Amino acid sequence: MTDIYLGADRATELEEAAVDAALRTRGVDPVVQPETERLYTSGRSRRRERRHFLLPALHALQNAVGWISPGGVNYVAEVLDVPPAEAFGVASFYDLFRTEPPDHEGDTFHVCVDAACQIAGYDDLAASVRASGAHVHFGPCLGQCERAPALFVQGCGGRPDYVPADAEPFVLPQAGNPDLRLLRRIGVADPESLEAYLAHGGYQALRRAGQMGAEAVMEAVADSGLSGRGGAAFPTGVKWRAVAAETGRPKHVVSNCDESEPGTFKDRIVMEQDPFAVIEAMTIAGLATGAANGWIYIRGEYPLATARLQGAIDAARAAGFLGEDAAGTGHDFDIAIWRGAGAYICGEETALFNSLEGFRGEPRNKPPFPTTHGLFGEPTAINNPETLLNVLDIVTDGADAYRSRGTERSPGTKLLCLSGKVGRPGLYEVPFGTTLGDLLELAGGVAGTGELQAVLMGGAAGSFVGPDSLDLRLTLEDTRTAGTTLGSGVVMAFDTSVDMTDVVVRIAEFFRDESCGQCVPCRVGAVRQHETLVQMQKRGALSPVRRELIDEMAEVMVDASICGLGHTAASAVRSALSLGLIGEAPSS
Amino acid sequence: MTAAGTITETAVTLTIDGRPVEVAEGSTIHAACVEAGIDTPTLCWAENLTPVNVCRVCVVELEGSRALVPSCSRPADDGMVVQTDTARVRHSRRMVLEFLGSGVDLSQAEDLQRWMEAYGADPDRYADEDHPVERVEEPVKVQDELYIRDYSKCVLCYKCVEACGDDAQHTFAIAVAGRGFDARISTEFDVTLPDSACVYCGNCVGVCPTGALQFKSEYDLRQADEWRPEDQSVTRTVCSYCGVGCNLELHVQDERIVKVTSPADHSVTSGHLCIKGRFGWQYVHGE
Repeated sequence: MTDIYLGADRATELEEAAVDAALRTRGVDPVVQPETERLYTSGRSRRRERRHFLLPALHALQNAVGWISPGGVNYVAEVLDVPPAEAFGVASFYDLFRTEPPDHEGDTFHVCVDAACQIAGYDDLAASVRASGAHVHFGPCLGQCERAPALFVQGCGGRPDYVPADAEPFVLPQAGNPDLRLLRRIGVADPESLEAYLAHGGYQALRRAGQMGAEAVMEAVADSGLSGRGGAAFPTGVKWRAVAAETGRPKHVVSNCDESEPGTFKDRIVMEQDPFAVIEAMTIAGLATGAANGWIYIRGEYPLATARLQGAIDAARAAGFLGEDAAGTGHDFDIAIWRGAGAYICGEETALFNSLEGFRGEPRNKPPFPTTHGLFGEPTAINNPETLLNVLDIVTDGADAYRSRGTERSPGTKLLCLSGKVGRPGLYEVPFGTTLGDLLELAGGVAGTGELQAVLMGGAAGSFVGPDSLDLRLTLEDTRTAGTTLGSGVVMAFDTSVDMTDVVVRIAEFFRDESCGQCVPCRVGAVRQHETLVQMQKRGALSPVRRELIDEMAEVMVDASICGLGHTAASAVRSALSLGLIGEAPSS
Repeated sequence: MTAAGTITETAVTLTIDGRPVEVAEGSTIHAACVEAGIDTPTLCWAENLTPVNVCRVCVVELEGSRALVPSCSRPADDGMVVQTDTARVRHSRRMVLEFLGSGVDLSQAEDLQRWMEAYGADPDRYADEDHPVERVEEPVKVQDELYIRDYSKCVLCYKCVEACGDDAQHTFAIAVAGRGFDARISTEFDVTLPDSACVYCGNCVGVCPTGALQFKSEYDLRQADEWRPEDQSVTRTVCSYCGVGCNLELHVQDERIVKVTSPADHSVTSGHLCIKGRFGWQYVHGE
């Protein structure tokens, strides 16, 4: 028996079996450890050993019976040595977990209500799902903006999660283009076959990295000028060197696959269509930084990407590319996948660590930074999958070849997620420096009325630009100078038919829903900002006093929030106001 | 926890509002502000708890940092240049206080009220006649004779969770549940305290800054409009139950004990007690 107090509720056999199975696949014996003497002194260290299995265990409960029941929580609490109040606190944090009995039979159909799906008419999709007798749950961006409106089906009764659109054949808009670098294998090599990956240049980079050695790999990455593609654009070489410099503690490489920024779907397509590349690049990161533990934290709404990555890990391990002496490099490295459960904030790196560790996905204060205090408080290199993909070419071809594309300060190519009112929405790869206008042309131009009203750059955390920005060069430096951002690569177009007030009010609601609630500026600020915009929408105009209030709220969210969510929660709203997209009384 | 009584060999010197301040290495900026006699508002910080830096009311401007930093948790480094009274700092503090006041009942949060006045916070400016704003409104939980929980007064400072958990009691009866504005302090599935792991040490009540957690004795007097702190005496004594030596502060009104606390700087308790010291005083009155 543990010394944790458990209430009277007990799990059903079905719930116990589901949790046991989920733990066994992760090598955990779900037998309660007898505590014959008090071996531990501190709560947190006492719970450390098994606590990080909490998220997989909760997923198992949710999938088995459609909710996280009091008995289920008690069973998980007992097996994993987690206080039930904390397990409940974790379960209640996530959109994919219910902590009340389901009010419907069968699977849950999640319909996205964010911008791309908003203008593509999610209401019609929801109506047709309802007409089929299924239960609809409206939620945030599902990362399928190129095929909006988006649908994700969360299985119940042991049935797997799935995305109906995944049954359609995948088409890359730039298929066959010889200039593709990051996307060159997509649609060419079978993503489920290691042989196909090897036949298309797979694992040459890891072999090369093994010959070069860690120091030379890091030098190449630093010289390449590669910067993070998750949105913050931090220099990857600097991050890796900081982790490599840490000694004496276990180290980690985490791939941040919790892509949740509205409008972003690039990582999903990469993971689904070229999963071995993500695995290989993570292995190189492990080699370079001296980390033996690889983790993929992937958002729960990506079942196909999860399956393909797991398949790739299994195949790579069987072929000796993962595990002890991975690929003969002399370095041990293996990878485990943890699924998120519906929380935008868990894409913030320190919130991701907390979530993976079995705590609430609340960001940590920085400093200390992940390079010294990351996952489990240990040195961690956390990278976006697109960032990692770049490493393969940098290692194989060298930094100079890599820098031959893009600009001096933004070398290489960039994946961009084209959605909204464009002719051919989808994932595009262009060299940094391509203009916004050329990119839109590449994607088939403005659809709908054919007349551009605005483009959302960088997602909900980014900002709007107007039609006068078509000459904007898409680089880190040019977008910064222009007061906007590439962020996670979102380029969402709105034609003149779109009611931008609806779009911006929804963006504000998104932040209200997705704030973790930890710090006051964001927890309350995101609510008050949304309320102010709803007032504006009802009145048809924004008074000068209210306009000033939005700026005052934005200032405290930027200045005093703990993490990037609060820092950016007012960004798109303010850009829409200053462009005159919202806030003016209608002239007609 | 503070390093009270610890002699640290190394000192660091930082500049706060243009003045050099020397503190022991490992001290926080907030500790340096205290050293310099600068009144810094705090809400989620307490000397007997690990800083969680969530309320953001103690933020200061740190040269070289893009955003403001929480003084309660950021260690003071040699050569740091800190400003505590700039327009940016005052704005953030005012807005944090205003946000809190706009969403919860702060009528019994005396420190907060003082700071709201000092920073000119106007929590009423968000709502108008046609558009009320969302507030935390929950019925008071009266589930036993020892203490009550009124989450419409809760500012989510995490202090009670810390005191129930790693920082003092290691009972883990409560945690933060839900997300965003809907986040609440809760037992598992909101079961009543008697059904939870709660051991009634009352340490959560001891650290609550807003009256969201309140001893039942105080709550009953407040309900009857008979709570008169100005008429109360506080007597310090030693708990008579065991040999540990916990110091108690007996708050007495009309010759009756109305609540029991312990000094946060007491070497034995750090302000925390057990159920006997906290609640087992009825025998004094022959009950």
